[in-house]
Amino acid sequence: MKTLLLCLFLLSSPVLAGTVLLKPGDSIKEAVAKAQEGDVIILSAGEYSEHEIIIRKSLTIQGEGMPTINGKEQGDIFIVAGENIHFKNLRIINTGKSNIDDSAAIKFFDSQHCSVEGVELDNTFFGLHFSNSSNLTIKNNKLISRAEREYQTGNGIHLWKCKDSMIEGNHVEGHRDGIYLEFVTNTISQHNTVDGNKRYGLHFMFSHDNSYIKNTFRKNGAGVAVMYTRNVVMRDNVFEENEGPSSYGILLKDITDSEVVGNIFRKNTIGIYMEGSSRTLFKNNAFTSNGWALKLMASCDNNTFEANNFIANTFDISTNGSVVLNTLKENYWDKYEGYDLNKDKIGDVPYRPISLFSVIVEKIPSAVILWRSFMVTLLDRMEKIIPAITPENMIDNNPKMKPYDLS
Amino acid sequence: MISVRNISKKFGKLEVLREFNLEFEAGKSYALMGPNGSGKTTLIKIILGMVIPNKGDIIVQGDSIKNNFKYRSNIGYMPQIGRYPDNMKIGQLFRMMQDMRPEIKEYDLELIGAFGLDQMMEKPMHTLSGGTRQKVSAALAFMFDADILILDEPTAGLDPMAVETLKNKIKKERDSGKLILITSHILSELDELTDQAIYIYEGDIFFNDSVDALKETTGEDRFTTAIARLMEWSLKKKQPKTEMSHV
Amino acid sequence: MFKLLKYSLYDILKSRFAILYTIFMVLVAVSIYQVSEDLAKVSLSLLNIMLMIVPLIAAVFATTHFFNNLEFTELMLAQPVKRRNVFLSQILAVIIMLSAAILIGFGIPMLLWGADESILILLAIGIALSIVFAGLAFLASVLTRDKAKAIGISLSFWIYFSLIYDGFVLYLIYSLSDYPLEKTTLSLVFLNPVDLGRIIMLMKLDISALMGYTGAFFQNFFGSAKGMFLSSSIMLLWISWPIATAMRIFKRKDF
Repeated sequence: MKTLLLCLFLLSSPVLAGTVLLKPGDSIKEAVAKAQEGDVIILSAGEYSEHEIIIRKSLTIQGEGMPTINGKEQGDIFIVAGENIHFKNLRIINTGKSNIDDSAAIKFFDSQHCSVEGVELDNTFFGLHFSNSSNLTIKNNKLISRAEREYQTGNGIHLWKCKDSMIEGNHVEGHRDGIYLEFVTNTISQHNTVDGNKRYGLHFMFSHDNSYIKNTFRKNGAGVAVMYTRNVVMRDNVFEENEGPSSYGILLKDITDSEVVGNIFRKNTIGIYMEGSSRTLFKNNAFTSNGWALKLMASCDNNTFEANNFIANTFDISTNGSVVLNTLKENYWDKYEGYDLNKDKIGDVPYRPISLFSVIVEKIPSAVILWRSFMVTLLDRMEKIIPAITPENMIDNNPKMKPYDLS
Repeated sequence: MISVRNISKKFGKLEVLREFNLEFEAGKSYALMGPNGSGKTTLIKIILGMVIPNKGDIIVQGDSIKNNFKYRSNIGYMPQIGRYPDNMKIGQLFRMMQDMRPEIKEYDLELIGAFGLDQMMEKPMHTLSGGTRQKVSAALAFMFDADILILDEPTAGLDPMAVETLKNKIKKERDSGKLILITSHILSELDELTDQAIYIYEGDIFFNDSVDALKETTGEDRFTTAIARLMEWSLKKKQPKTEMSHV
Repeated sequence: MFKLLKYSLYDILKSRFAILYTIFMVLVAVSIYQVSEDLAKVSLSLLNIMLMIVPLIAAVFATTHFFNNLEFTELMLAQPVKRRNVFLSQILAVIIMLSAAILIGFGIPMLLWGADESILILLAIGIALSIVFAGLAFLASVLTRDKAKAIGISLSFWIYFSLIYDGFVLYLIYSLSDYPLEKTTLSLVFLNPVDLGRIIMLMKLDISALMGYTGAFFQNFFGSAKGMFLSSSIMLLWISWPIATAMRIFKRKDF
């Protein structure tokens, strides 16, 4: 080994001190053991078969030409606890598949100032697993799981009790939850693409003061579910094609004092389902071609829906009670049939977004098959003229005549 | 040429024809008579395949008419009221009917000329008078030189000149050996045109023989009175039927 | 057959009704395009026309045409042609005329202002329902000798399939709401051609809501091409059986 290092040193003089170059066949574990604090271990292209590589000092593991580390389906591949530990440009494949020890490609414990960048994960159980850590950067990684069913896979990016971190530009696919955050605070997730995960694209609980910006959540089994959290900012995200009997663009449960602004909800069975949530502002969102744009349970109060577009949804809003303690104002509803005589671009008659038939469908879901039949149209017309069943105060008093430009 | 064998036809409960047997031969012309509702038109329609009998069969020129349509190319038929597609012109109608019989290449256009229809080939059917329509129907029936001619009230609605033209044409065709079958209310006309008389009453053949035999049987000289006598007899209903003379 | 069709078609296309119906369709299409700001709205407005008006016109027109053309039919029956061909040429002429009115009426505005997939499917549904109701109308016509009665039967078919049937289904769902009725409802819908056309459109416009149905069967049915295929096949059955039955009766009918 020493001669090898010497040779390398002689052959490639520009290599800095503290850099270790490995080629396929070399042991990463050994290199880690021998490395000094702050060293860079460079893996040249090729395949390395190793797992349970434990790192407890400041190191950078970096690949050249995307070397592959194959865990051969045994346990974790990297286990990390320390500061300033960085992973770059690697391909890590085939972790163990165990729910007991939560096998992951890289597992961090009690770490600070660590990063994972440009790493590709394939066929991993958990992807990147962080516990009790802070100041993390998780950037431009690609995480793919190939499990057929939910219980055969873990979460893509999993953070538990972490803070002050950045999750950016990642692509997460095929896991149980794409991004899972529990007790995570002051963290930003942005520009991530979360696609085709078995359960939730994004799942967080008790994770206050976080922002989610410009992410795309598409075709996840049950969409996005966020619970028991306050002060969340969701801005400019896209939630689309989450279709299924219990599938949501977002499911909000006990979310308070938050903002949902500028998002696009497209082709979801339910755009937003919310219960027990309050004091949240929904503004400038575009709800397009959803089955139900909003399902607003009676346990929600003091929420404001303002200046959103509701276009080509089967039903705009449905609710389960008759008491409505939320505000709707200045939204654009494409089903609005009123007029604007004073030309202030606001309709002169209020709009009631709940149709009689949506109340019926709420009680008897299979009745949806009769939607758009002549008879149902007649029923809805009659209810519009003489409201009897639909909630009296679910009403937008200033419906816009033209849609907002929210592209 | 046409043999009607054991034909029975019911419309609902009403039995129109009962075990009906008849023979029509080439070169003879038949007057088909009987009171209204006696089954004359039904018989004609059965021969043409427009009404399907409940029982029995009809053989035209050796072939059964069941599930057969080709035999109709040898029948020229003039309906009682000829109704034609409104927007079609006379010329188009003629071409269409010629189109239906692609195997026939030569047309008998004598009546078209005689009725002056060649002058109005561009007239749409719905602008025509009833008489002109009849002329068109007649021209069509004779156009294909068919071996069998079935004429249902051929002279109704025609002006006297046209009646004369048509009668001459019928005689001419009869003399050239065709089978002609005529129903008419105008008995004098039948006397002139036919040599065989068939009288149908309530679904049965009451009389079927030559006109001469008819006169002899009834003891009357004139055809019209002979028929009137026949009607009287038929109303009494107990009279013996004349045996079929064809052997 | 082709000759017969050629003449029947010639006659029907020159009729005043064909021209009026086409103009009516153009007017409807133009006004819908003028009022609706985007194509999605166009398909929604078009939906009611295709599901309600088009079948009504098809039913009434086909019945009237059958009886107005009775003498011509009789004339043809005395000619050396097959009965089957006389029947087929009549109904095909009606179908071609009705479809042409829809295609021309909507085709021109569509060429001018554009169309999307759901509008095209909607036109196909309009044509399919025209055929279904023309078939039902011919069936009503061969079953009776009386024109007024036949029109009555055709209209009853229309009212039944576009209104009463759905009311019955809704009542059934409502009164048996404690039972899992999804499959029953879906199969009931297949017994009504208007509902079938509507379901095909729902699968285009409201697929997200339909995916809210519980059960793997529905996920499968609505979520894949399978549902579209099955619905279209049953629509084909609806297109063929009234015509086939009417033809069977026509072949044995007395004129």
